[in-house]
Amino acid sequence: MGTFIQLVVDGLATGSIYAALALAIVLVNQATGLINFAQGGMAVLSAYIAYVFVQLGLPLLLAIIISVVLSFLFGALVERFLLRRFERGDPDTAVVVTIGLLTLVTGISAVLWGYNNLAFPSLFPLTSVEILGAVVSVRSLATAVTIVVIMVVLQLLFLRTKLGLALRAVADNPASAAFSGLPVGRLLMVGWGLAATLGAIAGVLVAPQLTLTPGMLDTALVYALAAVILGGLSSPIGCVVAASAIGVLENLVAVYIPLIGHDLKIAVPFALIFVILIIRPQGLFGRKVVVRV
Amino acid sequence: MTLLELTVVTASYGPLQVLDGVSLSVPEGGSVGILGANGAGKTTTLRAISGTVRTGGRIRFDGRDIRGLRPDQVAALGIAHVPEGRGTLGQLSVRENLLVGAYLRKDRKAVAGDIDYCLDLFPQLQDRVGSRAAALSGGEQQMLAVGRAFMAKPKLLLLDEASLGLAPSTAKAVYEAIRRLRLESGIAMLVVEQNANLAFSLVDTATVLETGRNVLTGSSAELKGMDEIRRAYLGG
Repeated sequence: MGTFIQLVVDGLATGSIYAALALAIVLVNQATGLINFAQGGMAVLSAYIAYVFVQLGLPLLLAIIISVVLSFLFGALVERFLLRRFERGDPDTAVVVTIGLLTLVTGISAVLWGYNNLAFPSLFPLTSVEILGAVVSVRSLATAVTIVVIMVVLQLLFLRTKLGLALRAVADNPASAAFSGLPVGRLLMVGWGLAATLGAIAGVLVAPQLTLTPGMLDTALVYALAAVILGGLSSPIGCVVAASAIGVLENLVAVYIPLIGHDLKIAVPFALIFVILIIRPQGLFGRKVVVRV
Repeated sequence: MTLLELTVVTASYGPLQVLDGVSLSVPEGGSVGILGANGAGKTTTLRAISGTVRTGGRIRFDGRDIRGLRPDQVAALGIAHVPEGRGTLGQLSVRENLLVGAYLRKDRKAVAGDIDYCLDLFPQLQDRVGSRAAALSGGEQQMLAVGRAFMAKPKLLLLDEASLGLAPSTAKAVYEAIRRLRLESGIAMLVVEQNANLAFSLVDTATVLETGRNVLTGSSAELKGMDEIRRAYLGG
């Protein structure tokens, strides 16, 4: 029983890493209608930027804040000067552009900082506490709490604020939104900027645990995409729940089903997606997209 | 007082010139129709005004030149465009669509009152305020599109084929509501409509386009029943 609880708790901790990235993907999707495959790569770049400022001797928190601000600008600029050219065309093209961007950003990180793992300092102490017989690091706990706070803020942003309404309107139909005076270009930049900000937070939260490398979030991106599909593209809460479930599930399966083990556990969330999408095509929490012609 | 004035406006989609010198004017609070066969340039004329097509010539609105402005800048000056095919925000609820319409307004209390007004104008929407726009019927979507345009409290409404694809009785109900809206709000209107009876029920004057030019302009009373009108609608 002790092992079981420990596995669940560890799973929730890894799940919160996926959740952080998944939230950024949901944000871009809600604000622009696209899926940004470069989200993970951009988050790693943000973590490297924070790392640079830490190396320059700045306090960690200040370095993170600087990185978050720069990430907002970077995200907005990527939208303005790269994605803008593809937004009016086929969405598939734009998605492929984001895959190219992932390769590019990862390459830039590698050129500037190399492939060696760099130690990234943690915001939270490394002590652990005992909950129900399981050992939980304060860092994992604090990360999970931060993710939940971000999730709630995002949900409120989209459903309760004028900015959120405007972002969703632009994602839904940019041409029509402009007829109501919404500055479409600026709102798309804000959407990308906010998502990059969120990615930056995710990056610096998980960098201490994963250690900083250009491909740090590649695996996490796969899980995050699984969480996004599973939870529903339009639901921040859904993707956090799905990400946690995936984290827990892969841990349990790896240990309790020897046939799958640690080698095949990455396939588990996708088998799950397969089953769930057959039953609920809009994802667990997503809203069905209705198109009437 | 002239609110909107187009002087020899041209417009093209790539190499294809669609408007070849359209001139018209809409007085403050007035209602003007644009008539003509398919492909005559009616929709493009509206798009030229709202900034969604490349244009030449002169477009003045409320004392300033608006040619070359972006659609959101045109909207901010007080022009609300209800495009052909409605252009509602499908994944947003009816209420959210109306709120998007009021995006540029700062008077939050009045906005709530205007939403109630929209629901009074289009009672069919009352039970649907929480539904997503994509789930509405064609007629309800058209009502929502008009309601959303009204929420911006514009000086001028551009209305494109509000009857398109609707059952005759629904189209009639939509036009009756728009006529009431015009009487009660005093918003000026520029109306593109294929159905002559519906058009004349709403406009004071009209201009007839043929292959991107005006061929005839007159009051509703003058134009009703004229041969040119019949020809224009039949495309002859």
